[in-house]
Amino acid sequence: MKTGEARKPGILQLRGVRKVFARGTIDEVKALDGIDLVVYERDFITIIGSNGAGKSTLLNIVAGVYPPERGGRVVIGGVNVTNLKEYKRAAYVGRVWQQPEAGTARNLSIEENLSLALLRGQSRGLKLAINRQRRQLFREALAVLGLGLEDRLNTPVGTLSGGQRQALALVMATISRPTILLLDEHIATLDPKTAQTVLQLSDMIIEREKMTAIMVTHNMEIALSYGNRLIMMHKGRIIVDIGEKDKKTLSVADLVTAFGRAAGEQFNDDSILLSDS
Amino acid sequence: MDVGSLLSVSLYEGLVFGLLTIGVYLTFRVLAFPDLGVDGTFPLGGAIAAVLIVAGANPFLATLAAFGSGLGAGLITGLLNTKLRISALLSGILMMVALYSVNLRIMGGGNVPLLRDVTSFDLVAQILGVRGGMALSIAFVLLVVAIFVTGLNWFLRTEIGLSLRATGDNEQMVRGLGASTDRNVLIGCAISNGLVALAGALVAQNQGFSDVGMGIGMIVMGLAAVIIGEGVFRPRRITTILLACLGGTFLYRLFINVALRLGMAPGDLKLITAILVVVVLAIPFIRKKIRGEWMPPAARM
Ligand SMILES: Nc1ncnc2c1ncn2[C@@H]1O[C@H](COP(=O)(O)OP(=O)(O)OP(=O)(O)O)[C@@H](O)[C@H]1O
Ligand SMILES: [Mg+2]
Repeated sequence: MKTGEARKPGILQLRGVRKVFARGTIDEVKALDGIDLVVYERDFITIIGSNGAGKSTLLNIVAGVYPPERGGRVVIGGVNVTNLKEYKRAAYVGRVWQQPEAGTARNLSIEENLSLALLRGQSRGLKLAINRQRRQLFREALAVLGLGLEDRLNTPVGTLSGGQRQALALVMATISRPTILLLDEHIATLDPKTAQTVLQLSDMIIEREKMTAIMVTHNMEIALSYGNRLIMMHKGRIIVDIGEKDKKTLSVADLVTAFGRAAGEQFNDDSILLSDS
Repeated sequence: MDVGSLLSVSLYEGLVFGLLTIGVYLTFRVLAFPDLGVDGTFPLGGAIAAVLIVAGANPFLATLAAFGSGLGAGLITGLLNTKLRISALLSGILMMVALYSVNLRIMGGGNVPLLRDVTSFDLVAQILGVRGGMALSIAFVLLVVAIFVTGLNWFLRTEIGLSLRATGDNEQMVRGLGASTDRNVLIGCAISNGLVALAGALVAQNQGFSDVGMGIGMIVMGLAAVIIGEGVFRPRRITTILLACLGGTFLYRLFINVALRLGMAPGDLKLITAILVVVVLAIPFIRKKIRGEWMPPAARM
Protein backbone atom coordinates (compact mmCIF):
# COMPACT_ATOMS: atom_id res chain seq x y z
CA MET A 1 0.00 0.00 0.00
CA LYS A 2 1.39 3.39 -0.89
CA THR A 3 0.79 6.62 0.92
CA GLY A 4 0.86 8.65 -2.25
CA GLU A 5 -2.19 7.25 -3.99
CA ALA A 6 -5.61 8.67 -3.55
CA ARG A 7 -7.35 6.63 -0.88
CA LYS A 8 -10.30 6.60 1.43
CA PRO A 9 -10.35 9.47 3.92
CA GLY A 10 -8.00 8.85 6.81
CA ILE A 11 -9.06 6.65 9.66
CA LEU A 12 -7.29 9.06 12.02
CA GLN A 13 -6.96 12.75 11.28
CA LEU A 14 -5.11 15.33 13.34
CA ARG A 15 -5.53 18.96 12.32
CA GLY A 16 -3.61 21.84 13.85
CA VAL A 17 -2.89 19.93 17.02
CA ARG A 18 -0.83 21.79 19.57
CA LYS A 19 -0.10 21.01 23.20
CA VAL A 20 1.52 23.34 25.67
CA PHE A 21 2.45 22.19 29.15
CA ALA A 22 2.84 24.55 32.10
CA ARG A 23 1.61 27.47 30.04
CA GLY A 24 2.64 30.86 31.29
CA THR A 25 5.27 29.55 33.66
CA ILE A 26 9.02 29.49 33.30
CA ASP A 27 8.72 25.76 32.52
CA GLU A 28 6.40 26.25 29.56
CA VAL A 29 6.93 23.52 26.94
CA LYS A 30 5.44 23.37 23.47
CA ALA A 31 5.23 19.59 23.38
CA LEU A 32 3.27 19.62 20.12
CA ASP A 33 3.61 22.57 17.82
CA GLY A 34 1.11 22.22 14.98
CA ILE A 35 0.62 18.62 13.99
CA ASP A 36 -1.29 17.75 10.82
CA LEU A 37 -1.43 14.06 10.20
CA VAL A 38 -3.67 11.73 8.27
CA VAL A 39 -3.42 8.03 9.03
CA TYR A 40 -5.06 5.72 6.51
CA GLU A 41 -6.71 2.42 7.15
CA ARG A 42 -4.15 -0.36 7.57
CA ASP A 43 -1.25 2.06 7.85
CA PHE A 44 1.47 0.81 10.16
CA ILE A 45 3.44 3.92 11.02
CA THR A 46 6.71 3.92 12.90
CA ILE A 47 7.63 7.14 14.69
CA ILE A 48 11.14 8.15 15.63
CA GLY A 49 12.49 11.33 17.19
CA SER A 50 14.76 12.41 19.99
CA ASN A 51 13.75 12.49 23.65
CA GLY A 52 11.16 15.14 24.29
CA ALA A 53 10.21 15.42 20.61
CA GLY A 54 6.54 14.99 21.51
CA LYS A 55 5.94 11.39 20.42
CA SER A 56 4.23 10.25 23.61
CA THR A 57 2.28 13.50 23.80
CA LEU A 58 0.99 12.83 20.30
CA LEU A 59 -0.20 9.35 21.28
CA ASN A 60 -1.74 10.74 24.47
CA ILE A 61 -3.73 13.23 22.42
CA VAL A 62 -4.97 10.45 20.16
CA ALA A 63 -5.92 8.34 23.19
CA GLY A 64 -7.60 11.30 24.88
CA VAL A 65 -5.47 11.37 28.02
CA TYR A 66 -5.68 15.14 27.61
CA PRO A 67 -7.24 17.35 24.92
CA PRO A 68 -5.19 19.42 22.43
CA GLU A 69 -5.05 23.20 22.68
CA ARG A 70 -8.06 25.06 21.35
CA GLY A 71 -8.33 24.93 17.57
CA GLY A 72 -6.89 21.45 17.23
CA ARG A 73 -9.03 18.61 15.91
CA VAL A 74 -8.81 14.87 16.37
CA VAL A 75 -11.06 12.71 14.20
CA ILE A 76 -11.09 8.94 14.47
CA GLY A 77 -13.10 6.82 12.07
CA GLY A 78 -15.05 9.90 10.96
CA VAL A 79 -16.02 10.83 14.52
CA ASN A 80 -14.76 14.07 16.02
CA VAL A 81 -13.33 12.89 19.33
CA THR A 82 -11.38 16.05 20.17
CA ASN A 83 -13.18 16.61 23.45
CA LEU A 84 -14.24 13.06 24.19
CA LYS A 85 -12.89 11.78 27.50
CA GLU A 86 -10.37 9.00 27.40
CA TYR A 87 -12.69 6.31 28.73
CA LYS A 88 -15.35 7.25 26.21
CA ARG A 89 -13.11 6.76 23.22
CA ALA A 90 -11.62 3.49 24.39
CA ALA A 91 -13.36 1.60 21.60
CA TYR A 92 -11.23 3.46 19.09
CA VAL A 93 -7.84 3.20 20.71
CA GLY A 94 -5.81 0.22 21.93
CA ARG A 95 -2.52 0.96 23.65
CA VAL A 96 0.63 -0.68 24.86
CA TRP A 97 3.00 1.40 26.97
CA GLN A 98 6.70 1.21 27.59
CA GLN A 99 6.31 -0.33 31.06
CA PRO A 100 4.66 -3.76 31.11
CA GLU A 101 2.99 -2.75 34.42
CA ALA A 102 1.10 0.04 32.68
CA GLY A 103 -1.00 -2.15 30.43
CA THR A 104 -2.09 -4.80 32.92
CA ALA A 105 -3.59 -5.03 36.41
CA ARG A 106 -1.17 -6.93 38.61
CA ASN A 107 -3.53 -8.22 41.28
CA LEU A 108 -5.97 -9.70 38.79
CA SER A 109 -5.50 -12.99 36.97
CA ILE A 110 -4.69 -13.32 33.29
CA GLU A 111 -8.29 -14.18 32.44
CA GLU A 112 -9.63 -11.29 34.52
CA ASN A 113 -7.33 -8.88 32.70
CA LEU A 114 -8.43 -10.24 29.33
CA SER A 115 -12.06 -10.01 30.32
CA LEU A 116 -11.59 -6.32 31.11
CA ALA A 117 -9.97 -5.84 27.73
CA LEU A 118 -12.60 -7.82 25.86
CA LEU A 119 -15.23 -5.30 26.97
CA ARG A 120 -13.20 -2.31 25.77
CA GLY A 121 -15.55 0.53 25.00
CA GLN A 122 -18.69 -1.52 25.66
CA SER A 123 -21.05 -0.84 28.51
CA ARG A 124 -20.31 -3.13 31.42
CA GLY A 125 -23.19 -4.82 33.13
CA LEU A 126 -24.07 -7.21 35.91
CA LYS A 127 -23.20 -10.33 33.95
CA LEU A 128 -20.41 -12.49 35.33
CA ALA A 129 -17.24 -11.19 33.73
CA ILE A 130 -15.89 -14.62 32.87
CA ASN A 131 -17.73 -17.56 31.41
CA ARG A 132 -16.76 -20.69 29.54
CA GLN A 133 -17.18 -19.16 26.13
CA ARG A 134 -14.97 -16.19 26.99
CA ARG A 135 -12.38 -18.45 28.56
CA GLN A 136 -12.17 -20.37 25.31
CA LEU A 137 -11.72 -17.13 23.41
CA PHE A 138 -8.90 -16.09 25.78
CA ARG A 139 -7.15 -19.43 25.33
CA GLU A 140 -7.20 -19.02 21.58
CA ALA A 141 -5.96 -15.44 21.71
CA LEU A 142 -3.11 -16.41 24.04
CA ALA A 143 -2.16 -19.54 22.10
CA VAL A 144 -1.17 -17.28 19.20
CA LEU A 145 1.66 -15.92 21.36
CA GLY A 146 3.23 -19.34 21.75
CA LEU A 147 4.28 -18.53 25.33
CA GLY A 148 2.10 -21.11 27.09
CA LEU A 149 0.03 -18.41 28.81
CA GLU A 150 -3.17 -20.13 27.65
CA ASP A 151 -2.61 -22.78 30.33
CA ARG A 152 -2.17 -20.21 33.09
CA LEU A 153 -5.43 -18.29 32.92
CA ASN A 154 -5.69 -18.11 36.71
CA THR A 155 -2.17 -16.87 37.33
CA PRO A 156 -2.02 -13.37 38.87
CA VAL A 157 -0.45 -11.06 36.31
CA GLY A 158 1.93 -9.62 38.91
CA THR A 159 3.86 -12.89 38.89
CA LEU A 160 4.57 -12.88 35.14
CA SER A 161 7.87 -11.74 33.66
CA GLY A 162 8.08 -8.37 31.92
CA GLY A 163 8.04 -9.98 28.48
CA GLN A 164 5.08 -12.22 29.28
CA ARG A 165 3.25 -9.26 30.71
CA GLN A 166 3.96 -7.13 27.67
CA ALA A 167 2.78 -9.90 25.35
CA LEU A 168 -0.41 -10.10 27.43
CA ALA A 169 -0.77 -6.29 27.23
CA LEU A 170 -0.50 -6.60 23.45
CA VAL A 171 -3.30 -9.17 23.33
CA MET A 172 -5.35 -6.96 25.66
CA ALA A 173 -4.84 -3.96 23.38
CA THR A 174 -5.97 -5.85 20.30
CA ILE A 175 -8.52 -8.47 21.44
CA SER A 176 -11.50 -6.21 20.92
CA ARG A 177 -10.25 -4.77 17.63
CA PRO A 178 -9.88 -1.04 18.36
CA THR A 179 -9.78 1.27 15.36
CA ILE A 180 -6.16 2.12 15.95
CA LEU A 181 -3.34 0.52 17.92
CA LEU A 182 -0.78 2.74 19.65
CA LEU A 183 2.55 1.22 20.68
CA ASP A 184 4.76 3.60 22.68
CA GLU A 185 8.29 2.17 22.88
CA HIS A 186 6.61 -1.01 24.00
CA ILE A 187 9.71 -3.16 23.67
CA ALA A 188 12.16 -0.68 25.19
CA THR A 189 12.39 -2.28 28.63
CA LEU A 190 12.68 -5.89 27.42
CA ASP A 191 15.88 -7.87 26.91
CA PRO A 192 16.96 -8.05 23.23
CA LYS A 193 15.57 -11.54 22.62
CA THR A 194 12.22 -10.90 24.32
CA ALA A 195 12.02 -7.52 22.60
CA GLN A 196 12.42 -9.25 19.25
CA THR A 197 9.71 -11.77 20.16
CA VAL A 198 7.24 -9.10 21.28
CA LEU A 199 8.02 -7.00 18.22
CA GLN A 200 7.35 -9.90 15.87
CA LEU A 201 4.16 -10.75 17.76
CA SER A 202 3.03 -7.15 17.34
CA ASP A 203 3.75 -7.26 13.64
CA MET A 204 1.97 -10.58 13.28
CA ILE A 205 -1.13 -9.44 15.17
CA ILE A 206 -1.31 -6.19 13.21
CA GLU A 207 -1.07 -8.17 9.97
CA ARG A 208 -3.50 -10.90 11.02
CA GLU A 209 -6.13 -8.59 12.41
CA LYS A 210 -5.62 -6.08 9.59
CA MET A 211 -5.09 -3.31 12.11
CA THR A 212 -4.04 0.30 11.75
CA ALA A 213 -1.09 0.98 14.04
CA ILE A 214 1.38 3.61 15.20
CA MET A 215 4.59 2.45 16.83
CA VAL A 216 7.10 4.73 18.56
CA THR A 217 10.65 3.42 18.73
CA HIS A 218 14.18 4.72 19.23
CA ASN A 219 15.63 1.97 17.10
CA MET A 220 16.10 3.27 13.54
CA GLU A 221 16.55 -0.17 12.06
CA ILE A 222 13.25 -1.31 13.54
CA ALA A 223 11.62 1.90 12.37
CA LEU A 224 12.82 1.19 8.84
CA SER A 225 12.09 -2.50 8.64
CA TYR A 226 8.60 -2.53 10.16
CA GLY A 227 5.47 -0.83 8.91
CA ASN A 228 4.64 0.97 5.70
CA ARG A 229 5.32 4.53 6.72
CA LEU A 230 7.88 6.34 8.84
CA ILE A 231 7.48 9.63 10.65
CA MET A 232 10.22 11.61 12.29
CA MET A 233 9.36 14.15 14.97
CA HIS A 234 11.42 17.02 16.25
CA LYS A 235 10.47 19.71 18.77
CA GLY A 236 6.78 19.00 18.56
CA ARG A 237 6.61 18.83 14.79
CA ILE A 238 6.54 16.17 12.15
CA ILE A 239 9.66 16.87 10.10
CA VAL A 240 9.80 13.75 7.94
CA ASP A 241 7.02 11.56 6.61
CA ILE A 242 8.24 8.74 4.41
CA GLY A 243 6.12 6.32 2.43
CA GLU A 244 6.67 2.64 1.90
CA LYS A 245 8.77 2.83 -1.24
CA ASP A 246 11.36 5.25 0.12
CA LYS A 247 11.38 3.38 3.36
CA LYS A 248 12.56 0.21 1.62
CA THR A 249 15.51 1.89 -0.05
CA LEU A 250 16.53 4.02 2.92
CA SER A 251 19.40 3.09 5.23
CA VAL A 252 19.93 4.15 8.82
CA ALA A 253 22.63 6.52 7.60
CA ASP A 254 20.18 8.17 5.18
CA LEU A 255 17.78 8.58 8.03
CA VAL A 256 20.38 10.27 10.20
CA THR A 257 21.20 12.64 7.33
CA ALA A 258 17.55 13.34 6.69
CA PHE A 259 17.12 14.07 10.37
CA GLY A 260 20.04 16.49 10.46
CA ARG A 261 18.83 18.27 7.38
CA ALA A 262 15.22 18.44 8.45
CA ALA A 263 16.00 19.54 11.99
CA GLY A 264 18.32 22.23 10.71
CA GLU A 265 15.91 23.62 8.19
CA GLN A 266 12.73 23.42 10.12
CA PHE A 267 12.62 27.14 10.73
CA ASN A 268 12.38 27.98 7.08
CA ASP A 269 10.54 24.92 5.97
CA ASP A 270 7.90 23.26 8.09
CA SER A 271 8.54 19.74 7.01
CA ILE A 272 10.35 17.79 4.41
CA LEU A 273 8.12 15.25 2.87
CA LEU A 274 9.93 12.55 1.05
CA SER A 275 6.91 11.31 -0.77
CA ASP A 276 6.72 8.29 -3.02
CA SER A 277 7.98 9.49 -6.40
CA MET B 1 -15.43 -16.56 80.77
CA ASP B 2 -14.68 -20.14 79.74
CA VAL B 3 -13.13 -21.15 76.46
CA GLY B 4 -16.53 -21.86 74.91
CA SER B 5 -17.90 -18.41 75.59
CA LEU B 6 -14.58 -16.84 74.65
CA LEU B 7 -14.88 -18.49 71.26
CA SER B 8 -18.55 -17.72 70.77
CA VAL B 9 -18.15 -14.05 71.71
CA SER B 10 -15.23 -13.80 69.31
CA LEU B 11 -17.22 -15.57 66.62
CA TYR B 12 -20.11 -13.16 67.01
CA GLU B 13 -17.76 -10.17 66.93
CA GLY B 14 -15.78 -11.65 64.07
CA LEU B 15 -18.91 -11.85 61.96
CA VAL B 16 -20.46 -8.49 62.79
CA PHE B 17 -17.21 -6.52 62.65
CA GLY B 18 -16.23 -8.65 59.67
CA LEU B 19 -18.72 -6.61 57.64
CA LEU B 20 -16.79 -3.51 58.62
CA THR B 21 -13.49 -5.19 57.73
CA ILE B 22 -14.80 -6.06 54.28
CA GLY B 23 -15.82 -2.42 53.89
CA VAL B 24 -12.35 -1.27 54.85
CA TYR B 25 -10.86 -3.84 52.48
CA LEU B 26 -12.95 -2.48 49.62
CA THR B 27 -11.69 1.05 49.97
CA PHE B 28 -8.12 0.56 51.17
CA ARG B 29 -7.15 -2.45 49.11
CA VAL B 30 -9.52 -2.72 46.17
CA LEU B 31 -9.83 0.99 45.36
CA ALA B 32 -6.55 2.12 46.93
CA PHE B 33 -8.73 4.82 48.48
CA PRO B 34 -7.78 5.26 52.15
CA ASP B 35 -11.21 6.21 53.48
CA LEU B 36 -11.02 7.23 57.12
CA GLY B 37 -14.72 8.05 57.23
CA VAL B 38 -15.39 4.64 58.80
CA ASP B 39 -15.20 6.07 62.33
CA GLY B 40 -18.17 8.26 61.40
CA THR B 41 -20.23 5.85 59.29
CA PHE B 42 -20.19 3.10 61.92
CA PRO B 43 -22.04 5.22 64.51
CA LEU B 44 -24.17 6.67 61.69
CA GLY B 45 -25.55 3.18 61.08
CA GLY B 46 -26.13 2.73 64.79
CA ALA B 47 -27.84 6.10 65.09
CA ILE B 48 -30.18 5.59 62.13
CA ALA B 49 -31.19 2.11 63.26
CA ALA B 50 -31.70 3.15 66.90
CA VAL B 51 -33.72 6.26 66.15
CA LEU B 52 -35.97 4.45 63.68
CA ILE B 53 -36.52 1.55 66.06
CA VAL B 54 -37.38 3.90 68.94
CA ALA B 55 -39.82 5.64 66.57
CA GLY B 56 -41.54 2.31 66.05
CA ALA B 57 -40.14 1.19 62.71
CA ASN B 58 -39.70 -2.46 61.86
CA PRO B 59 -36.17 -3.28 63.13
CA PHE B 60 -35.26 -5.15 59.96
CA LEU B 61 -36.21 -2.15 57.86
CA ALA B 62 -34.38 0.12 60.29
CA THR B 63 -31.27 -2.01 59.78
CA LEU B 64 -31.64 -1.79 56.01
CA ALA B 65 -32.11 1.97 56.29
CA ALA B 66 -28.85 2.12 58.23
CA PHE B 67 -27.16 0.28 55.35
CA GLY B 68 -28.69 2.83 52.99
CA SER B 69 -27.43 5.75 55.07
CA GLY B 70 -23.93 4.29 54.80
CA LEU B 71 -24.30 4.01 51.02
CA GLY B 72 -25.18 7.71 50.95
CA ALA B 73 -22.31 8.74 53.21
CA GLY B 74 -19.85 6.74 51.10
CA LEU B 75 -21.22 8.30 47.96
CA ILE B 76 -20.54 11.77 49.36
CA THR B 77 -16.98 10.82 50.31
CA GLY B 78 -16.48 9.52 46.77
CA LEU B 79 -17.94 12.67 45.25
CA LEU B 80 -15.65 14.90 47.32
CA ASN B 81 -12.75 13.03 45.81
CA THR B 82 -13.86 12.48 42.21
CA LYS B 83 -15.79 15.67 41.51
CA LEU B 84 -14.02 18.21 43.72
CA ARG B 85 -10.60 16.54 43.49
CA ILE B 86 -10.12 16.55 47.26
CA SER B 87 -7.62 13.88 48.25
CA ALA B 88 -9.06 10.54 49.35
CA LEU B 89 -7.52 10.87 52.79
CA LEU B 90 -8.95 14.33 53.36
CA SER B 91 -12.37 13.40 51.91
CA GLY B 92 -12.67 10.60 54.47
CA ILE B 93 -11.48 12.76 57.34
CA LEU B 94 -13.94 15.52 56.41
CA MET B 95 -16.78 13.00 56.33
CA MET B 96 -15.75 11.59 59.68
CA VAL B 97 -15.74 15.02 61.28
CA ALA B 98 -18.99 16.08 59.66
CA LEU B 99 -20.73 12.85 60.61
CA TYR B 100 -19.95 13.42 64.27
CA SER B 101 -22.25 16.43 64.25
CA VAL B 102 -24.77 14.68 62.01
CA ASN B 103 -24.92 11.69 64.36
CA LEU B 104 -25.53 13.94 67.36
CA ARG B 105 -28.36 15.65 65.47
CA ILE B 106 -29.92 12.35 64.39
CA MET B 107 -29.89 10.98 67.92
CA GLY B 108 -30.77 14.30 69.51
CA GLY B 109 -27.93 13.70 71.93
CA GLY B 110 -24.95 11.47 72.49
CA ASN B 111 -26.82 8.29 73.22
CA VAL B 112 -30.05 6.42 72.37
CA PRO B 113 -30.95 3.44 74.59
CA LEU B 114 -32.81 0.50 73.03
CA LEU B 115 -33.41 -1.52 76.15
CA ARG B 116 -37.19 -1.48 76.03
CA ASP B 117 -37.50 -1.64 72.27
CA VAL B 118 -37.76 -4.63 69.97
CA THR B 119 -34.49 -4.92 68.04
CA SER B 120 -33.79 -7.20 65.08
CA PHE B 121 -32.32 -9.73 67.51
CA ASP B 122 -35.48 -9.65 69.66
CA LEU B 123 -37.68 -9.93 66.59
CA VAL B 124 -35.82 -12.99 65.30
CA ALA B 125 -36.20 -14.60 68.72
CA GLN B 126 -39.92 -13.83 68.70
CA ILE B 127 -40.41 -15.20 65.19
CA LEU B 128 -38.56 -18.39 66.01
CA GLY B 129 -40.23 -18.61 69.40
CA VAL B 130 -36.95 -19.02 71.23
CA ARG B 131 -35.15 -17.02 73.90
CA GLY B 132 -32.48 -14.61 72.76
CA GLY B 133 -28.87 -15.29 73.61
CA MET B 134 -25.41 -15.67 72.16
CA ALA B 135 -26.34 -18.63 69.92
CA LEU B 136 -29.21 -16.72 68.41
CA SER B 137 -27.10 -13.58 67.93
CA ILE B 138 -24.48 -15.61 66.11
CA ALA B 139 -27.08 -17.31 63.93
CA PHE B 140 -28.69 -14.00 62.99
CA VAL B 141 -25.48 -12.15 62.14
CA LEU B 142 -24.29 -15.22 60.29
CA LEU B 143 -27.39 -15.00 58.13
CA VAL B 144 -26.91 -11.28 57.49
CA VAL B 145 -23.21 -11.76 56.71
CA ALA B 146 -24.01 -14.69 54.41
CA ILE B 147 -26.52 -12.62 52.45
CA PHE B 148 -24.29 -9.57 52.06
CA VAL B 149 -21.05 -11.42 51.44
CA THR B 150 -22.66 -13.72 48.86
CA GLY B 151 -24.08 -10.67 47.09
CA LEU B 152 -20.78 -8.85 47.19
CA ASN B 153 -18.87 -11.92 46.03
CA TRP B 154 -21.17 -12.14 43.05
CA PHE B 155 -21.02 -8.41 42.32
CA LEU B 156 -17.23 -8.27 42.39
CA ARG B 157 -17.11 -10.97 39.72
CA THR B 158 -19.48 -9.22 37.34
CA GLU B 159 -18.28 -7.00 34.52
CA ILE B 160 -18.78 -3.84 36.59
CA GLY B 161 -17.30 -5.46 39.68
CA LEU B 162 -14.20 -6.55 37.82
CA SER B 163 -13.55 -3.07 36.48
CA LEU B 164 -14.04 -1.78 40.04
CA ARG B 165 -11.39 -4.21 41.30
CA ALA B 166 -8.99 -3.13 38.57
CA THR B 167 -9.44 0.55 39.46
CA GLY B 168 -7.21 0.52 42.52
CA ASP B 169 -4.74 -1.66 40.67
CA ASN B 170 -4.22 0.31 37.46
CA GLU B 171 -6.48 3.30 37.03
CA GLN B 172 -4.89 4.44 33.78
CA MET B 173 -5.52 1.05 32.20
CA VAL B 174 -9.13 0.93 33.35
CA ARG B 175 -9.81 4.30 31.73
CA GLY B 176 -7.96 3.19 28.61
CA LEU B 177 -10.28 0.19 28.42
CA GLY B 178 -13.35 2.37 28.58
CA ALA B 179 -14.60 2.18 32.14
CA SER B 180 -15.19 5.28 34.23
CA THR B 181 -12.87 5.09 37.21
CA ASP B 182 -14.85 7.89 38.88
CA ARG B 183 -17.99 5.81 38.75
CA ASN B 184 -16.11 2.81 40.12
CA VAL B 185 -14.80 4.85 43.03
CA LEU B 186 -18.31 6.07 43.81
CA ILE B 187 -19.78 2.56 43.75
CA GLY B 188 -16.93 1.16 45.83
CA CYS B 189 -17.05 3.90 48.48
CA ALA B 190 -20.82 3.57 48.74
CA ILE B 191 -20.78 -0.21 49.24
CA SER B 192 -17.89 0.03 51.67
CA ASN B 193 -19.60 2.58 53.89
CA GLY B 194 -22.91 0.76 53.55
CA LEU B 195 -21.35 -2.35 55.06
CA VAL B 196 -19.73 -0.32 57.83
CA ALA B 197 -23.05 1.33 58.71
CA LEU B 198 -24.75 -2.07 58.63
CA ALA B 199 -22.21 -3.34 61.15
CA GLY B 200 -22.89 -0.28 63.31
CA ALA B 201 -26.65 -0.92 63.18
CA LEU B 202 -26.24 -4.54 64.26
CA VAL B 203 -23.80 -3.71 67.05
CA ALA B 204 -26.06 -0.98 68.43
CA GLN B 205 -29.05 -3.32 68.48
CA ASN B 206 -27.12 -6.13 70.09
CA GLN B 207 -25.60 -3.98 72.84
CA GLY B 208 -28.90 -2.22 73.45
CA PHE B 209 -27.86 1.34 72.73
CA SER B 210 -26.37 3.60 70.11
CA ASP B 211 -23.61 5.95 71.15
CA VAL B 212 -21.93 8.78 69.28
CA GLY B 213 -18.52 7.54 70.44
CA MET B 214 -18.96 3.95 69.33
CA GLY B 215 -17.02 4.49 66.13
CA ILE B 216 -13.77 5.51 67.74
CA GLY B 217 -10.95 3.22 66.65
CA MET B 218 -13.06 1.29 64.14
CA ILE B 219 -10.78 2.15 61.23
CA VAL B 220 -7.79 0.81 63.15
CA MET B 221 -9.66 -2.39 63.93
CA GLY B 222 -10.70 -2.82 60.30
CA LEU B 223 -7.17 -2.31 59.04
CA ALA B 224 -5.72 -4.64 61.66
CA ALA B 225 -8.25 -7.32 60.70
CA VAL B 226 -7.49 -6.90 56.98
CA ILE B 227 -3.78 -7.25 57.61
CA ILE B 228 -4.23 -10.27 59.89
CA GLY B 229 -6.57 -11.91 57.38
CA GLU B 230 -4.16 -11.37 54.51
CA GLY B 231 -1.13 -12.40 56.55
CA VAL B 232 -2.61 -15.57 58.01
CA PHE B 233 -4.75 -16.87 55.15
CA ARG B 234 -2.83 -15.48 52.14
CA PRO B 235 -5.96 -15.37 49.98
CA ARG B 236 -5.73 -14.88 46.22
CA ARG B 237 -9.15 -15.13 44.67
CA ILE B 238 -11.88 -12.68 45.56
CA THR B 239 -14.06 -15.22 47.37
CA THR B 240 -11.23 -16.31 49.64
CA ILE B 241 -10.26 -12.68 50.18
CA LEU B 242 -13.74 -11.89 51.53
CA LEU B 243 -13.61 -14.96 53.79
CA ALA B 244 -10.12 -13.97 54.93
CA CYS B 245 -11.53 -10.60 56.02
CA LEU B 246 -14.02 -12.43 58.23
CA GLY B 247 -11.33 -14.82 59.48
CA GLY B 248 -8.96 -11.96 60.20
CA THR B 249 -11.61 -10.13 62.19
CA PHE B 250 -12.37 -13.29 64.21
CA LEU B 251 -8.69 -13.79 65.04
CA TYR B 252 -8.32 -10.14 65.96
CA ARG B 253 -11.32 -10.18 68.29
CA LEU B 254 -10.21 -13.50 69.78
CA PHE B 255 -6.81 -12.01 70.51
CA ILE B 256 -8.36 -8.94 72.12
CA ASN B 257 -10.76 -11.02 74.19
CA VAL B 258 -7.96 -13.26 75.40
CA ALA B 259 -5.91 -10.20 76.32
CA LEU B 260 -8.84 -8.81 78.32
CA ARG B 261 -9.27 -12.16 80.03
CA LEU B 262 -5.64 -12.17 81.01
CA GLY B 263 -6.33 -8.99 82.92
CA MET B 264 -5.18 -6.33 80.49
CA ALA B 265 -6.83 -2.99 81.05
CA PRO B 266 -9.18 -1.85 78.23
CA GLY B 267 -6.92 1.17 77.87
CA ASP B 268 -4.05 -1.11 76.82
CA LEU B 269 -5.97 -2.58 73.90
CA LYS B 270 -4.79 0.01 71.39
CA LEU B 271 -1.17 -0.80 72.18
CA ILE B 272 -1.94 -4.51 71.88
CA THR B 273 -3.58 -3.93 68.50
CA ALA B 274 -0.54 -2.03 67.26
CA ILE B 275 1.83 -4.76 68.45
CA LEU B 276 -0.33 -7.45 66.85
CA VAL B 277 -0.30 -5.68 63.48
CA VAL B 278 3.47 -5.17 63.65
CA VAL B 279 3.97 -8.86 64.43
CA VAL B 280 1.76 -10.04 61.56
CA LEU B 281 3.43 -7.64 59.14
CA ALA B 282 6.91 -8.64 60.30
CA ILE B 283 6.39 -12.41 59.99
CA PRO B 284 7.11 -12.67 56.25
CA PHE B 285 10.15 -10.46 56.71
CA ILE B 286 11.48 -12.52 59.60
CA ARG B 287 10.81 -15.73 57.70
CA LYS B 288 12.79 -14.49 54.72
CA LYS B 289 15.56 -13.23 57.00
CA ILE B 290 15.91 -16.66 58.56
CA ARG B 291 16.05 -18.34 55.15
CA GLY B 292 18.46 -15.69 53.95
CA GLU B 293 16.20 -14.70 51.06
CA TRP B 294 16.29 -11.37 49.33
CA MET B 295 13.89 -8.77 50.65
CA PRO B 296 12.61 -5.88 48.51
CA PRO B 297 13.16 -2.40 49.94
CA ALA B 298 10.46 -0.97 52.19
CA ALA B 299 7.35 0.29 50.45
CA ARG B 300 6.00 3.72 51.39
CA MET B 301 2.40 3.20 50.34
N1 LIG C 1 2.38 15.89 31.63
C1 LIG C 1 3.36 16.73 31.27
N2 LIG C 1 3.59 17.86 31.98
C2 LIG C 1 4.55 18.72 31.63
N3 LIG C 1 5.37 18.54 30.59
C3 LIG C 1 5.22 17.44 29.84
C4 LIG C 1 4.22 16.47 30.15
N4 LIG C 1 4.28 15.48 29.24
C5 LIG C 1 5.29 15.80 28.42
N5 LIG C 1 5.84 16.97 28.76
C6 LIG C 1 6.93 17.63 28.06
O1 LIG C 1 6.60 17.66 26.70
C7 LIG C 1 7.72 17.37 25.89
C8 LIG C 1 7.42 16.18 25.01
O2 LIG C 1 7.33 15.03 25.82
P1 LIG C 1 7.03 13.60 25.25
O3 LIG C 1 6.85 12.69 26.41
O4 LIG C 1 5.91 13.67 24.28
O5 LIG C 1 8.37 13.26 24.48
P2 LIG C 1 8.76 11.92 23.72
O6 LIG C 1 8.98 12.27 22.31
O7 LIG C 1 7.80 10.85 24.00
O8 LIG C 1 10.16 11.62 24.39
P3 LIG C 1 10.82 10.21 24.82
O9 LIG C 1 11.50 9.69 23.62
O10 LIG C 1 11.81 10.62 25.86
O11 LIG C 1 9.76 9.33 25.34
C9 LIG C 1 8.88 17.15 26.84
O12 LIG C 1 9.62 18.34 26.92
C10 LIG C 1 8.22 16.87 28.15
O13 LIG C 1 9.01 17.32 29.21
MG1 LIG D 1 7.83 8.99 25.07
